[in-house]
Amino acid sequence: MLPLSTPKQIVERTVREEWGRILASLVKSIGDFQLAEDCLQEALTVALDNWNKHGLPKSPAAWLLTTARRKAIDRLRRDKNFSGKQTEIAYLMDLENMAKGGGDLSATADETEIPDKRLEMIFTCCHPALEQKTRIALTLRTLGGLTTEEIAAAFLDKPQAMAQRLVRAKNKIKLAGIPYEIPDLEVLPERISSVLSVIYLIFNEGYSASSGDSPVRSDLCDEAIRLARIITQLLPDETEVTGLLALMLLHDSRRLTRTDGNGALIALQHQNRRRWDRGKINQGVRLLHEVLPRQLLGPYQLQAAISAVHAQSSNWEATDWPQVQALYALLYQMTPTPVVRLNQALALSYANSPEEGLRMLEEAAKGGALENYQPFHAAKADLLSRSGQFEDAGNSYRRAIELSDNLSERRFLEQKLNDLSGSSLAS
Amino acid sequence: MQYMCLIYSTEGVGPQPGTPEFGAFMQGYADFGQTVQKAGKFVAGDALQPVSTATSVAVRDGNAETTDGPFAETKEQLGGYYILDCEDLDEAIKYAAMIPSAAHGRIEVRPVMIFD
Repeated sequence: MLPLSTPKQIVERTVREEWGRILASLVKSIGDFQLAEDCLQEALTVALDNWNKHGLPKSPAAWLLTTARRKAIDRLRRDKNFSGKQTEIAYLMDLENMAKGGGDLSATADETEIPDKRLEMIFTCCHPALEQKTRIALTLRTLGGLTTEEIAAAFLDKPQAMAQRLVRAKNKIKLAGIPYEIPDLEVLPERISSVLSVIYLIFNEGYSASSGDSPVRSDLCDEAIRLARIITQLLPDETEVTGLLALMLLHDSRRLTRTDGNGALIALQHQNRRRWDRGKINQGVRLLHEVLPRQLLGPYQLQAAISAVHAQSSNWEATDWPQVQALYALLYQMTPTPVVRLNQALALSYANSPEEGLRMLEEAAKGGALENYQPFHAAKADLLSRSGQFEDAGNSYRRAIELSDNLSERRFLEQKLNDLSGSSLAS
Repeated sequence: MQYMCLIYSTEGVGPQPGTPEFGAFMQGYADFGQTVQKAGKFVAGDALQPVSTATSVAVRDGNAETTDGPFAETKEQLGGYYILDCEDLDEAIKYAAMIPSAAHGRIEVRPVMIFD
């Protein structure tokens, strides 16, 4: 604790760092998300006043937890269905007595260990019985400690709509009996993957929007990384959790270089690699060195490995393309999606020749499934132009532009089309 | 907690009477019934006659208006239900997934409301 911090700063820092842990523990003992959150909010108000008057407790987080628990007991007692709440009250009283033998709050709070129930909480927040967007919002609110207003701003929603979404979610958790437990082994892999996809969506929400000027949205990248770090600690044996953390760190190392001053996307090929964040790259690579040898591969680890190859080559030409190609081939075995195949074809075009890349691309497009898929036409255009077929390349770029619904992407493609007429004239 | 598992499927889709698959399908229901009974989860459960036998009633201006057919003309229709007594939603989902019609239809899991 820094000596010059005011109680207000301490409250803010505690909320930022400990909100998830305190709330998770509180929900476990109270069994009700909304009540727990309300009581913690009340405890925060009391804390400011109390700490100003009496000085700081040794452990602000434990103090907040104890105070919030007492608020919960009061509220449950005042509840008109008092008789139905006896069990909860008795349980909370037991917790109180375990912590100490009554008396002075600050003395107790110092010794109270906060049991870590954050894993239970994230599994509840990311339960598949909740809508995807709700899972994201709830995770940011409960585990991340973001305010409803901050979450609404990040998703360009009205605060009121976001508040309603969160209330509905907490209601459903309570009424539908969504458990506050670590899932059974048989469903655990599926549930972990739901947690990871929520975190990756939070990251991408921030990453894809980092061209905008809203600072809250790039905060989402930091928040996703912070959440992944927490879960890595809680589930150290799950290699994909570490894989996701590495992937996000490696992607995020390029945050500043992937758009120009006007917000237009800059392709990996043309990014200024000297401005990539070396600290994040090193962390990502170190994490991969820890998990890859355990040979429990998954899509996040593979994507992180691909990202690491790019991060470690000094320029586009020096990229280890055979390695990238092989990693995409593995990834395609696990997640056979068109976008993975496209990327594999591109890597192959650099590893071997544009013609081989084209053949793989055309193989993937058989049956016409990619006809209206913008990235397919953009990739094809690139390969055609690199194999000297400028006229066909132009047609593919035009088709890609037609299919694009994103302004900065369209600008990017139009630029490529322009460059093309230069190349064809020169040839 | 009690959960109602509402079994929705498209009539005519899935194993039909008179086919070899139908025997296995019905056996699946018999097995499921035994499983939930043995586990102490079973509260109630029934199959319903086809939707062609449904009648809807609504009281408007004090008059009971009766119409032929189900509440909503959708492809997937309610064909039966179970009420199961489960620990939590995860357990209810686990059992709902074992209902044979889940393989071609859809099971809606709804907690039963308790008035206290």
